[in-house]
Amino acid sequence: MTEQYSKTELMICVAARLFEDGTTCFIGTGIPMLAAMLAAKTTAPNLVPVFEFGGTGAILEELPRAVGEARTFHKGISALGICDTMETAQRGFIDYGFLGGAQIDCYGNLNSVTIGDHEHPKARLPGSGGGNDVGSHCWQTIAIMQHDARRFVPKVDFLTTPGFLTGPGARDAAGLPPGTGPIAVVSTLALMDYHPESCRMRLKSLHPGVTVAEVVANTGFELLVPEKVGANEPPSAQELRLLREEIDPMRFYI
Amino acid sequence: MEVLESGMMELIQPFDLDEFREWNRTKKARKLVDKRMSEQEAIAQFVYDGCYIGTELYGTVRCPMSLSREVVRQGRKDLRVCGQGVLELDLWLAAGLVKKLDITYIGLEVYGVPSGLRRAVESGQVETCVEWSNASISWRMKAAAMGVPFLPTRSMLGTDMLKYSAAKVVEDPFTGIKVALLPALILDVAIIHVHRADKYGNCQIEGISGFALEMSRACKRLIISAEEIIPTEEIRKYPDRTVIPYYLVDAVVHAPYGSYPGEMAYLYGRDEQGIKEWVEMSKTAEGTKAYLDKYVFGVKNHDEYLKLIGEERLQKAVELREKRI
Repeated sequence: MTEQYSKTELMICVAARLFEDGTTCFIGTGIPMLAAMLAAKTTAPNLVPVFEFGGTGAILEELPRAVGEARTFHKGISALGICDTMETAQRGFIDYGFLGGAQIDCYGNLNSVTIGDHEHPKARLPGSGGGNDVGSHCWQTIAIMQHDARRFVPKVDFLTTPGFLTGPGARDAAGLPPGTGPIAVVSTLALMDYHPESCRMRLKSLHPGVTVAEVVANTGFELLVPEKVGANEPPSAQELRLLREEIDPMRFYI
Repeated sequence: MEVLESGMMELIQPFDLDEFREWNRTKKARKLVDKRMSEQEAIAQFVYDGCYIGTELYGTVRCPMSLSREVVRQGRKDLRVCGQGVLELDLWLAAGLVKKLDITYIGLEVYGVPSGLRRAVESGQVETCVEWSNASISWRMKAAAMGVPFLPTRSMLGTDMLKYSAAKVVEDPFTGIKVALLPALILDVAIIHVHRADKYGNCQIEGISGFALEMSRACKRLIISAEEIIPTEEIRKYPDRTVIPYYLVDAVVHAPYGSYPGEMAYLYGRDEQGIKEWVEMSKTAEGTKAYLDKYVFGVKNHDEYLKLIGEERLQKAVELREKRI
Protein backbone atom coordinates (compact mmCIF):
# COMPACT_ATOMS: atom_id res chain seq x y z
CA MET A 1 0.00 0.00 0.00
CA THR A 2 1.29 3.43 -0.87
CA GLU A 3 1.62 6.09 1.78
CA GLN A 4 -0.60 9.13 1.94
CA TYR A 5 1.05 12.35 0.84
CA SER A 6 0.06 15.94 0.19
CA LYS A 7 0.11 17.76 -3.18
CA THR A 8 2.97 19.92 -1.94
CA GLU A 9 5.03 16.88 -0.94
CA LEU A 10 4.45 15.34 -4.35
CA MET A 11 5.42 18.58 -6.12
CA ILE A 12 8.64 18.77 -4.12
CA CYS A 13 9.52 15.15 -4.96
CA VAL A 14 8.89 15.61 -8.70
CA ALA A 15 10.97 18.81 -8.65
CA ALA A 16 13.79 17.17 -6.71
CA ARG A 17 14.16 14.47 -9.35
CA LEU A 18 14.91 17.16 -11.96
CA PHE A 19 18.13 18.27 -10.25
CA GLU A 20 21.15 17.01 -12.13
CA ASP A 21 24.05 15.76 -10.06
CA GLY A 22 27.30 17.71 -10.32
CA THR A 23 25.72 20.95 -11.53
CA THR A 24 25.53 24.46 -10.12
CA CYS A 25 22.08 25.54 -9.10
CA PHE A 26 20.64 28.87 -8.01
CA ILE A 27 18.10 28.18 -5.28
CA GLY A 28 15.28 30.65 -4.58
CA THR A 29 13.51 30.93 -1.26
CA GLY A 30 10.75 28.52 -0.20
CA ILE A 31 9.78 25.31 -2.01
CA PRO A 32 12.91 25.32 -4.26
CA MET A 33 14.99 24.97 -1.08
CA LEU A 34 13.11 21.84 -0.02
CA ALA A 35 13.43 20.33 -3.50
CA ALA A 36 17.17 21.06 -3.58
CA MET A 37 17.64 19.48 -0.16
CA LEU A 38 15.73 16.37 -1.16
CA ALA A 39 17.76 16.11 -4.37
CA ALA A 40 21.02 16.51 -2.45
CA LYS A 41 19.98 13.72 -0.07
CA THR A 42 18.92 11.36 -2.88
CA THR A 43 19.83 11.58 -6.56
CA ALA A 44 22.14 14.61 -6.67
CA PRO A 45 24.64 14.33 -3.79
CA ASN A 46 27.18 16.47 -5.68
CA LEU A 47 24.79 19.32 -6.36
CA VAL A 48 26.37 22.74 -5.83
CA PRO A 49 23.65 24.98 -4.40
CA VAL A 50 24.18 28.71 -4.86
CA PHE A 51 22.25 31.19 -2.71
CA GLU A 52 22.15 34.75 -3.91
CA PHE A 53 23.62 36.54 -0.91
CA GLY A 54 26.86 34.61 -1.12
CA GLY A 55 26.55 30.99 0.07
CA THR A 56 27.97 28.42 -2.38
CA GLY A 57 28.28 24.65 -2.06
CA ALA A 58 26.49 24.26 1.26
CA ILE A 59 25.76 20.83 2.64
CA LEU A 60 22.02 21.20 3.12
CA GLU A 61 21.49 19.39 6.39
CA GLU A 62 18.82 21.73 7.73
CA LEU A 63 16.24 23.78 5.86
CA PRO A 64 17.32 27.40 5.26
CA ARG A 65 14.50 29.79 6.20
CA ALA A 66 16.11 32.70 4.40
CA VAL A 67 18.40 32.95 1.37
CA GLY A 68 21.03 34.68 3.52
CA GLU A 69 21.03 32.64 6.67
CA ALA A 70 23.86 30.45 7.92
CA ARG A 71 22.37 27.20 6.60
CA THR A 72 22.98 28.55 3.07
CA PHE A 73 26.73 28.21 3.64
CA HIS A 74 26.72 25.39 6.22
CA LYS A 75 29.89 23.35 5.55
CA GLY A 76 29.94 25.25 2.25
CA ILE A 77 32.87 25.98 -0.02
CA SER A 78 32.51 29.73 0.11
CA ALA A 79 30.61 32.50 1.86
CA LEU A 80 31.07 35.63 -0.24
CA GLY A 81 28.60 38.32 -1.31
CA ILE A 82 25.73 38.94 -3.71
CA CYS A 83 27.84 40.62 -6.39
CA ASP A 84 30.09 37.56 -6.61
CA THR A 85 27.23 35.05 -6.99
CA MET A 86 25.30 37.20 -9.45
CA GLU A 87 28.40 37.93 -11.52
CA THR A 88 29.14 34.21 -11.52
CA ALA A 89 25.69 33.65 -13.02
CA GLN A 90 26.10 36.52 -15.50
CA ARG A 91 29.30 35.02 -16.92
CA GLY A 92 27.69 31.63 -17.47
CA PHE A 93 28.70 29.49 -14.50
CA ILE A 94 25.24 28.65 -13.15
CA ASP A 95 23.53 25.75 -14.87
CA TYR A 96 20.07 25.82 -13.32
CA GLY A 97 17.84 28.24 -11.51
CA PHE A 98 14.86 27.08 -9.44
CA LEU A 99 12.18 29.72 -8.90
CA GLY A 100 8.74 30.36 -7.54
CA GLY A 101 6.24 33.11 -8.35
CA ALA A 102 2.66 34.25 -7.89
CA GLN A 103 1.73 33.99 -11.58
CA ILE A 104 3.11 32.28 -14.69
CA ASP A 105 2.03 32.56 -18.34
CA CYS A 106 2.32 30.19 -21.30
CA TYR A 107 5.87 31.42 -22.08
CA GLY A 108 7.07 30.81 -18.54
CA ASN A 109 7.23 34.48 -17.56
CA LEU A 110 6.82 34.92 -13.80
CA ASN A 111 5.29 37.65 -11.67
CA SER A 112 6.28 38.44 -8.10
CA VAL A 113 5.74 42.22 -8.01
CA THR A 114 2.04 43.20 -8.09
CA ILE A 115 -1.42 41.77 -8.64
CA GLY A 116 -3.35 44.44 -10.53
CA ASP A 117 -1.59 47.41 -12.05
CA HIS A 118 1.65 48.76 -10.68
CA GLU A 119 0.40 52.20 -9.71
CA HIS A 120 -2.66 51.00 -7.81
CA PRO A 121 -1.99 47.35 -7.03
CA LYS A 122 -4.68 45.07 -5.67
CA ALA A 123 -1.88 43.29 -3.87
CA ARG A 124 1.70 44.36 -3.48
CA LEU A 125 3.97 41.31 -3.54
CA PRO A 126 7.55 41.20 -2.20
CA GLY A 127 9.25 42.09 -5.50
CA SER A 128 11.77 40.47 -7.82
CA GLY A 129 14.51 39.82 -5.30
CA GLY A 130 17.00 37.75 -7.24
CA GLY A 131 14.25 36.22 -9.42
CA ASN A 132 14.79 38.47 -12.41
CA ASP A 133 18.55 37.88 -12.26
CA VAL A 134 18.19 34.11 -12.02
CA GLY A 135 15.78 34.09 -14.98
CA SER A 136 18.12 36.31 -16.98
CA HIS A 137 21.50 34.65 -16.39
CA CYS A 138 21.11 30.95 -15.48
CA TRP A 139 21.35 28.58 -18.43
CA GLN A 140 18.09 26.82 -17.63
CA THR A 141 15.32 27.70 -15.22
CA ILE A 142 12.63 25.61 -13.62
CA ALA A 143 9.56 27.09 -11.95
CA ILE A 144 7.79 25.48 -9.01
CA MET A 145 4.16 26.58 -8.59
CA GLN A 146 0.79 25.76 -7.07
CA HIS A 147 -1.43 24.90 -10.03
CA ASP A 148 -4.67 26.83 -10.46
CA ALA A 149 -6.17 29.23 -13.00
CA ARG A 150 -5.37 32.26 -10.82
CA ARG A 151 -1.67 31.42 -11.02
CA PHE A 152 -1.47 29.99 -14.56
CA VAL A 153 -2.71 33.07 -16.38
CA PRO A 154 -2.91 34.28 -20.02
CA LYS A 155 -0.88 37.36 -19.12
CA VAL A 156 1.08 38.02 -15.95
CA ASP A 157 0.10 41.30 -14.29
CA PHE A 158 3.77 42.29 -14.02
CA LEU A 159 6.50 40.53 -15.99
CA THR A 160 9.14 40.17 -13.29
CA THR A 161 11.27 37.18 -14.29
CA PRO A 162 11.80 36.53 -17.99
CA GLY A 163 10.63 33.26 -19.45
CA PHE A 164 10.41 33.28 -23.25
CA LEU A 165 8.87 36.82 -23.04
CA THR A 166 6.57 37.11 -26.10
CA GLY A 167 7.67 33.88 -27.74
CA PRO A 168 10.33 32.49 -30.09
CA GLY A 169 13.35 34.77 -30.49
CA ALA A 170 12.14 37.34 -27.96
CA ARG A 171 14.83 36.65 -25.35
CA ASP A 172 17.61 37.11 -27.91
CA ALA A 173 15.95 40.25 -29.28
CA ALA A 174 15.75 41.73 -25.77
CA GLY A 175 19.45 41.12 -25.25
CA LEU A 176 19.22 38.25 -22.79
CA PRO A 177 22.17 35.82 -23.08
CA PRO A 178 21.63 33.37 -25.97
CA GLY A 179 20.86 29.77 -25.05
CA THR A 180 19.18 30.63 -21.77
CA GLY A 181 15.53 30.19 -20.77
CA PRO A 182 12.94 28.15 -18.94
CA ILE A 183 12.81 24.39 -19.41
CA ALA A 184 10.15 23.12 -17.03
CA VAL A 185 7.38 23.89 -14.58
CA VAL A 186 6.60 21.61 -11.68
CA SER A 187 3.13 22.20 -10.27
CA THR A 188 0.85 20.58 -7.76
CA LEU A 189 -0.83 18.75 -10.68
CA ALA A 190 1.80 17.95 -13.30
CA LEU A 191 5.18 18.47 -14.90
CA MET A 192 5.26 20.78 -17.91
CA ASP A 193 7.96 21.61 -20.47
CA TYR A 194 8.00 23.97 -23.48
CA HIS A 195 7.43 23.24 -27.15
CA PRO A 196 10.82 23.67 -28.84
CA GLU A 197 9.46 25.77 -31.73
CA SER A 198 6.57 27.75 -30.31
CA CYS A 199 8.10 28.11 -26.81
CA ARG A 200 4.63 27.50 -25.38
CA MET A 201 4.08 25.54 -22.20
CA ARG A 202 3.25 21.89 -22.82
CA LEU A 203 2.00 19.16 -20.53
CA LYS A 204 4.69 16.52 -20.07
CA SER A 205 3.56 14.15 -17.33
CA LEU A 206 0.75 13.91 -14.82
CA HIS A 207 0.91 13.42 -11.08
CA PRO A 208 -0.80 10.23 -9.83
CA GLY A 209 -4.59 10.49 -9.89
CA VAL A 210 -4.64 13.70 -11.97
CA THR A 211 -6.36 13.82 -15.36
CA VAL A 212 -5.48 15.88 -18.43
CA ALA A 213 -8.89 17.57 -18.14
CA GLU A 214 -8.11 18.61 -14.58
CA VAL A 215 -4.81 20.22 -15.57
CA VAL A 216 -6.41 22.00 -18.53
CA ALA A 217 -9.29 23.25 -16.37
CA ASN A 218 -6.83 24.69 -13.85
CA THR A 219 -4.75 26.45 -16.47
CA GLY A 220 -5.85 29.93 -17.52
CA PHE A 221 -4.24 29.73 -20.95
CA GLU A 222 -4.28 27.15 -23.69
CA LEU A 223 -1.88 24.46 -22.51
CA LEU A 224 -0.38 22.30 -25.25
CA VAL A 225 -1.29 18.66 -24.71
CA PRO A 226 0.76 16.13 -26.69
CA GLU A 227 -0.59 12.76 -27.79
CA LYS A 228 1.50 10.94 -25.23
CA VAL A 229 1.42 12.23 -21.70
CA GLY A 230 3.70 10.60 -19.14
CA ALA A 231 3.06 9.71 -15.51
CA ASN A 232 5.05 10.95 -12.54
CA GLU A 233 5.98 8.46 -9.87
CA PRO A 234 4.41 9.06 -6.46
CA PRO A 235 6.77 9.94 -3.61
CA SER A 236 8.69 6.95 -2.36
CA ALA A 237 8.65 6.03 1.31
CA GLN A 238 12.24 7.23 1.54
CA GLU A 239 11.45 10.60 -0.07
CA LEU A 240 8.56 11.14 2.33
CA ARG A 241 10.64 10.15 5.33
CA LEU A 242 13.42 12.57 4.35
CA LEU A 243 10.94 15.38 3.75
CA ARG A 244 9.07 14.92 7.00
CA GLU A 245 11.82 13.90 9.36
CA GLU A 246 14.94 15.64 8.06
CA ILE A 247 14.03 18.44 5.67
CA ASP A 248 10.95 20.11 7.13
CA PRO A 249 10.30 18.55 10.54
CA MET A 250 8.87 21.86 11.78
CA ARG A 251 6.39 21.81 8.84
CA PHE A 252 7.09 25.28 7.52
CA TYR A 253 6.03 24.26 4.04
CA ILE A 254 4.72 20.68 3.94
CA MET B 1 25.53 55.58 -27.40
CA GLU B 2 21.92 55.59 -28.48
CA VAL B 3 19.36 54.92 -25.75
CA LEU B 4 17.06 52.17 -27.03
CA GLU B 5 14.69 52.06 -24.07
CA SER B 6 14.25 53.97 -20.82
CA GLY B 7 12.64 52.89 -17.59
CA MET B 8 9.82 55.33 -16.88
CA MET B 9 10.29 55.66 -13.13
CA GLU B 10 12.01 58.46 -11.33
CA LEU B 11 15.62 58.24 -10.20
CA ILE B 12 14.68 58.90 -6.58
CA GLN B 13 18.26 59.53 -5.54
CA PRO B 14 19.96 61.62 -8.26
CA PHE B 15 23.75 61.61 -7.97
CA ASP B 16 26.78 63.73 -8.71
CA LEU B 17 30.06 61.81 -8.77
CA ASP B 18 32.27 64.88 -8.48
CA GLU B 19 30.29 66.08 -5.49
CA PHE B 20 30.72 62.60 -3.98
CA ARG B 21 34.49 62.83 -4.54
CA GLU B 22 34.52 66.25 -2.89
CA TRP B 23 32.44 64.87 -0.01
CA ASN B 24 34.87 62.02 0.46
CA ARG B 25 37.74 64.51 0.36
CA THR B 26 36.35 66.98 2.88
CA LYS B 27 33.78 65.21 5.07
CA LYS B 28 35.50 61.91 5.83
CA ALA B 29 38.33 61.98 8.34
CA ARG B 30 41.56 60.19 7.50
CA LYS B 31 42.66 60.59 11.09
CA LEU B 32 41.94 57.83 13.53
CA VAL B 33 39.09 59.29 15.55
CA ASP B 34 37.15 57.46 18.25
CA LYS B 35 33.67 57.20 16.72
CA ARG B 36 31.91 55.27 19.46
CA MET B 37 28.54 56.66 20.42
CA SER B 38 25.11 55.54 21.58
CA GLU B 39 22.42 54.54 19.08
CA GLN B 40 20.43 57.64 20.05
CA GLU B 41 23.39 59.88 19.22
CA ALA B 42 24.16 58.10 15.93
CA ILE B 43 20.61 58.27 14.58
CA ALA B 44 20.07 61.83 15.85
CA GLN B 45 23.26 63.01 14.23
CA PHE B 46 23.14 61.30 10.85
CA VAL B 47 19.59 60.23 9.94
CA TYR B 48 17.32 63.10 8.93
CA ASP B 49 13.80 63.50 7.57
CA GLY B 50 13.68 62.88 3.83
CA CYS B 51 17.12 61.30 3.63
CA TYR B 52 17.89 58.38 1.34
CA ILE B 53 18.77 55.46 3.58
CA GLY B 54 19.58 51.78 3.30
CA THR B 55 20.25 48.86 5.62
CA GLU B 56 22.32 45.73 5.10
CA LEU B 57 21.99 42.64 5.04
CA TYR B 58 18.33 42.07 5.73
CA GLY B 59 15.78 41.61 8.46
CA THR B 60 16.63 38.17 9.73
CA VAL B 61 20.32 38.04 8.80
CA ARG B 62 23.08 40.29 10.22
CA CYS B 63 20.63 43.15 10.19
CA PRO B 64 20.97 46.40 12.17
CA MET B 65 17.69 45.83 14.02
CA SER B 66 18.67 47.86 17.10
CA LEU B 67 19.43 50.90 14.92
CA SER B 68 16.33 50.31 12.78
CA ARG B 69 14.18 50.42 15.92
CA GLU B 70 15.94 53.62 17.01
CA VAL B 71 15.05 55.25 13.66
CA VAL B 72 11.39 54.51 14.44
CA ARG B 73 11.79 55.66 18.06
CA GLN B 74 13.12 59.02 16.89
CA GLY B 75 10.25 59.34 14.40
CA ARG B 76 12.25 60.08 11.28
CA LYS B 77 9.87 60.57 8.37
CA ASP B 78 9.57 60.85 4.58
CA LEU B 79 12.44 58.42 4.20
CA ARG B 80 13.54 57.30 0.78
CA VAL B 81 14.73 53.73 1.12
CA CYS B 82 16.41 51.02 -0.91
CA GLY B 83 15.61 47.45 -0.05
CA GLN B 84 16.01 44.36 0.17
CA GLY B 85 14.53 44.01 3.55
CA VAL B 86 12.47 41.94 5.87
CA LEU B 87 11.72 42.92 9.45
CA GLU B 88 13.59 46.22 9.42
CA LEU B 89 11.93 47.73 6.35
CA ASP B 90 8.55 46.24 7.16
CA LEU B 91 8.88 47.93 10.55
CA TRP B 92 9.62 51.29 8.92
CA LEU B 93 6.80 50.82 6.41
CA ALA B 94 4.34 49.81 9.12
CA ALA B 95 5.40 52.79 11.23
CA GLY B 96 4.70 55.08 8.26
CA LEU B 97 8.23 56.42 7.83
CA VAL B 98 8.73 55.60 4.15
CA LYS B 99 7.81 57.89 1.27
CA LYS B 100 9.68 56.40 -1.68
CA LEU B 101 11.17 52.99 -2.34
CA ASP B 102 13.82 51.58 -4.62
CA ILE B 103 12.37 48.15 -3.97
CA THR B 104 14.00 44.83 -4.73
CA TYR B 105 12.40 42.44 -2.25
CA ILE B 106 10.55 43.06 0.96
CA GLY B 107 9.20 39.72 2.06
CA LEU B 108 9.12 37.47 5.07
CA GLU B 109 10.28 34.43 3.05
CA VAL B 110 8.88 31.47 4.99
CA TYR B 111 6.10 33.66 6.44
CA GLY B 112 4.99 35.20 3.14
CA VAL B 113 4.15 38.76 2.09
CA PRO B 114 4.61 41.30 4.88
CA SER B 115 1.50 43.18 5.99
CA GLY B 116 3.37 46.43 6.64
CA LEU B 117 4.52 46.55 3.02
CA ARG B 118 1.06 45.71 1.69
CA ARG B 119 -0.74 48.36 3.71
CA ALA B 120 1.85 51.05 3.03
CA VAL B 121 1.92 50.49 -0.74
CA GLU B 122 -1.72 49.58 -1.41
CA SER B 123 -2.97 52.61 0.57
CA GLY B 124 -0.71 54.94 -1.42
CA GLN B 125 1.21 55.97 1.68
CA VAL B 126 4.37 55.03 -0.20
CA GLU B 127 4.28 57.42 -3.14
CA THR B 128 6.69 55.64 -5.46
CA CYS B 129 7.96 52.09 -5.89
CA VAL B 130 10.83 51.86 -8.34
CA GLU B 131 11.60 48.22 -9.17
CA TRP B 132 15.08 46.70 -9.23
CA SER B 133 16.38 43.14 -9.01
CA ASN B 134 18.63 42.22 -6.10
CA ALA B 135 21.69 42.10 -8.32
CA SER B 136 20.78 45.42 -9.93
CA ILE B 137 20.55 47.34 -6.67
CA SER B 138 23.87 45.84 -5.53
CA TRP B 139 25.52 46.71 -8.83
CA ARG B 140 24.13 50.25 -8.55
CA MET B 141 26.00 50.53 -5.26
CA LYS B 142 29.01 48.93 -6.85
CA ALA B 143 28.97 51.62 -9.56
CA ALA B 144 28.97 54.31 -6.86
CA ALA B 145 31.71 52.43 -5.01
CA MET B 146 33.75 52.44 -8.22
CA GLY B 147 33.06 56.14 -8.70
CA VAL B 148 31.49 55.62 -12.13
CA PRO B 149 28.02 56.74 -13.30
CA PHE B 150 26.61 53.34 -14.26
CA LEU B 151 27.29 49.65 -14.68
CA PRO B 152 26.03 47.67 -17.67
CA THR B 153 24.21 44.41 -16.98
CA ARG B 154 22.15 41.74 -18.71
CA SER B 155 19.59 41.70 -15.88
CA MET B 156 16.20 43.43 -16.23
CA LEU B 157 16.13 43.20 -20.06
CA GLY B 158 12.83 42.52 -21.84
CA THR B 159 10.69 42.71 -18.69
CA ASP B 160 8.39 45.07 -16.79
CA MET B 161 11.26 45.37 -14.31
CA LEU B 162 13.08 47.53 -16.84
CA LYS B 163 9.91 49.52 -17.58
CA TYR B 164 9.25 50.29 -13.90
CA SER B 165 12.86 51.10 -13.07
CA ALA B 166 15.07 54.07 -13.93
CA ALA B 167 17.52 51.96 -15.98
CA LYS B 168 18.29 52.53 -19.66
CA VAL B 169 18.96 50.03 -22.44
CA VAL B 170 21.73 50.77 -24.93
CA GLU B 171 23.70 48.94 -27.57
CA ASP B 172 27.17 48.24 -26.24
CA PRO B 173 29.62 50.19 -28.46
CA PHE B 174 32.24 47.39 -28.29
CA THR B 175 30.26 44.25 -29.11
CA GLY B 176 26.87 45.51 -30.24
CA ILE B 177 24.90 43.52 -27.66
CA LYS B 178 22.09 45.14 -25.70
CA VAL B 179 22.79 45.98 -22.08
CA ALA B 180 20.82 47.65 -19.31
CA LEU B 181 22.68 50.55 -17.73
CA LEU B 182 22.18 50.74 -13.98
CA PRO B 183 22.65 54.23 -12.54
CA ALA B 184 25.02 54.61 -9.58
CA LEU B 185 23.35 54.73 -6.18
CA ILE B 186 24.94 57.01 -3.59
CA LEU B 187 23.03 56.74 -0.32
CA ASP B 188 22.80 59.63 2.14
CA VAL B 189 23.02 57.16 5.01
CA ALA B 190 23.79 53.46 5.28
CA ILE B 191 23.42 51.29 8.37
CA ILE B 192 25.39 48.05 8.62
CA HIS B 193 25.65 45.55 11.47
CA VAL B 194 28.94 43.66 11.82
CA HIS B 195 30.48 41.06 14.08
CA ARG B 196 33.38 43.17 15.30
CA ALA B 197 34.65 46.73 14.98
CA ASP B 198 37.30 48.78 16.70
CA LYS B 199 36.53 52.25 18.03
CA TYR B 200 37.63 53.86 14.76
CA GLY B 201 35.24 51.78 12.67
CA ASN B 202 37.45 49.08 11.18
CA CYS B 203 35.02 46.18 10.70
CA GLN B 204 35.13 42.41 10.48
CA ILE B 205 32.24 40.26 9.23
CA GLU B 206 31.82 36.49 9.44
CA GLY B 207 29.79 34.38 7.06
CA ILE B 208 28.44 35.87 3.85
CA SER B 209 29.19 39.53 3.22
CA GLY B 210 25.89 40.24 1.40
CA PHE B 211 26.36 43.70 -0.09
CA ALA B 212 28.27 45.23 2.84
CA LEU B 213 31.35 45.96 0.74
CA GLU B 214 29.37 47.78 -1.93
CA MET B 215 27.01 49.67 0.39
CA SER B 216 29.75 50.83 2.76
CA ARG B 217 31.56 52.42 -0.17
CA ALA B 218 28.42 53.92 -1.75
CA CYS B 219 27.19 56.16 1.05
CA LYS B 220 27.91 59.60 2.45
CA ARG B 221 27.32 58.60 6.05
CA LEU B 222 27.87 55.13 7.46
CA ILE B 223 26.62 54.03 10.86
CA ILE B 224 28.07 50.75 12.09
CA SER B 225 26.62 48.67 14.88
CA ALA B 226 28.83 45.86 16.15
CA GLU B 227 28.30 42.82 18.32
CA GLU B 228 31.70 43.41 19.83
CA ILE B 229 34.13 46.33 20.06
CA ILE B 230 37.68 44.99 19.75
CA PRO B 231 41.11 46.59 20.24
CA THR B 232 42.79 48.00 17.13
CA GLU B 233 45.69 45.57 17.74
CA GLU B 234 43.27 42.76 16.83
CA ILE B 235 42.42 44.55 13.58
CA ARG B 236 46.12 45.03 12.77
CA LYS B 237 46.87 41.40 13.57
CA TYR B 238 44.40 40.26 10.86
CA PRO B 239 44.24 43.10 8.30
CA ASP B 240 42.90 40.64 5.73
CA ARG B 241 39.69 40.42 7.74
CA THR B 242 38.88 44.14 7.50
CA VAL B 243 36.03 44.41 5.01
CA ILE B 244 35.07 47.97 5.97
CA PRO B 245 38.02 50.26 6.76
CA TYR B 246 37.59 53.06 9.34
CA TYR B 247 37.65 56.00 6.93
CA LEU B 248 34.29 54.95 5.48
CA VAL B 249 32.66 55.00 8.91
CA ASP B 250 31.00 57.90 10.77
CA ALA B 251 29.63 56.21 13.89
CA VAL B 252 30.35 53.00 15.81
CA VAL B 253 27.58 51.72 18.08
CA HIS B 254 28.11 48.75 20.37
CA ALA B 255 25.08 46.49 19.92
CA PRO B 256 25.26 42.94 21.27
CA TYR B 257 22.37 40.90 19.79
CA GLY B 258 21.94 43.84 17.41
CA SER B 259 20.39 41.59 14.75
CA TYR B 260 17.89 39.91 17.12
CA PRO B 261 15.27 38.48 16.42
CA GLY B 262 17.32 37.80 13.30
CA GLU B 263 20.55 35.84 13.32
CA MET B 264 24.26 36.54 13.36
CA ALA B 265 26.43 33.84 11.75
CA TYR B 266 28.33 31.79 14.34
CA LEU B 267 27.01 33.91 17.27
CA TYR B 268 23.27 33.30 17.47
CA GLY B 269 20.44 31.84 15.39
CA ARG B 270 17.14 33.46 14.63
CA ASP B 271 14.26 33.41 17.09
CA GLU B 272 11.19 32.09 15.25
CA GLN B 273 8.94 33.14 18.12
CA GLY B 274 10.24 36.71 17.95
CA ILE B 275 9.79 36.86 14.17
CA LYS B 276 6.33 35.29 14.27
CA GLU B 277 5.24 37.83 16.85
CA TRP B 278 5.87 40.60 14.30
CA VAL B 279 4.24 38.58 11.51
CA GLU B 280 1.08 38.11 13.56
CA MET B 281 0.84 41.52 15.22
CA SER B 282 1.65 43.48 12.05
CA LYS B 283 -1.41 42.01 10.29
CA THR B 284 -3.55 44.86 11.60
CA ALA B 285 -2.87 48.54 12.27
CA GLU B 286 -3.87 48.04 15.92
CA GLY B 287 -1.54 45.07 16.32
CA THR B 288 1.27 47.04 14.75
CA LYS B 289 0.72 49.87 17.20
CA ALA B 290 0.73 47.45 20.13
CA TYR B 291 3.98 45.91 18.86
CA LEU B 292 5.67 49.28 18.41
CA ASP B 293 4.41 50.44 21.81
CA LYS B 294 5.92 47.39 23.45
CA TYR B 295 9.20 46.83 21.62
CA VAL B 296 10.13 50.26 20.26
CA PHE B 297 8.48 53.09 22.21
CA GLY B 298 8.14 51.07 25.42
CA VAL B 299 11.90 50.89 25.88
CA LYS B 300 14.43 53.69 25.96
CA ASN B 301 17.21 51.93 24.11
CA HIS B 302 18.66 48.63 22.97
CA ASP B 303 19.81 47.65 26.46
CA GLU B 304 16.28 47.96 27.76
CA TYR B 305 15.01 46.06 24.73
CA LEU B 306 17.33 43.17 25.52
CA LYS B 307 16.13 43.14 29.13
CA LEU B 308 12.55 42.98 27.84
CA ILE B 309 13.42 40.00 25.62
CA GLY B 310 15.17 38.34 28.55
CA GLU B 311 18.32 36.30 29.01
CA GLU B 312 16.53 32.99 28.49
CA ARG B 313 15.42 33.73 24.93
CA LEU B 314 18.75 35.24 23.98
CA GLN B 315 20.53 32.17 25.33
CA LYS B 316 18.22 29.96 23.31
CA ALA B 317 19.17 31.92 20.19
CA VAL B 318 22.86 31.40 21.00
CA GLU B 319 22.30 27.65 21.21
CA LEU B 320 20.79 27.72 17.71
CA ARG B 321 23.85 29.33 16.15
CA GLU B 322 25.72 27.87 13.21
CA LYS B 323 28.80 26.17 14.59
CA ARG B 324 32.24 26.11 13.03
CA ILE B 325 33.31 22.58 12.07
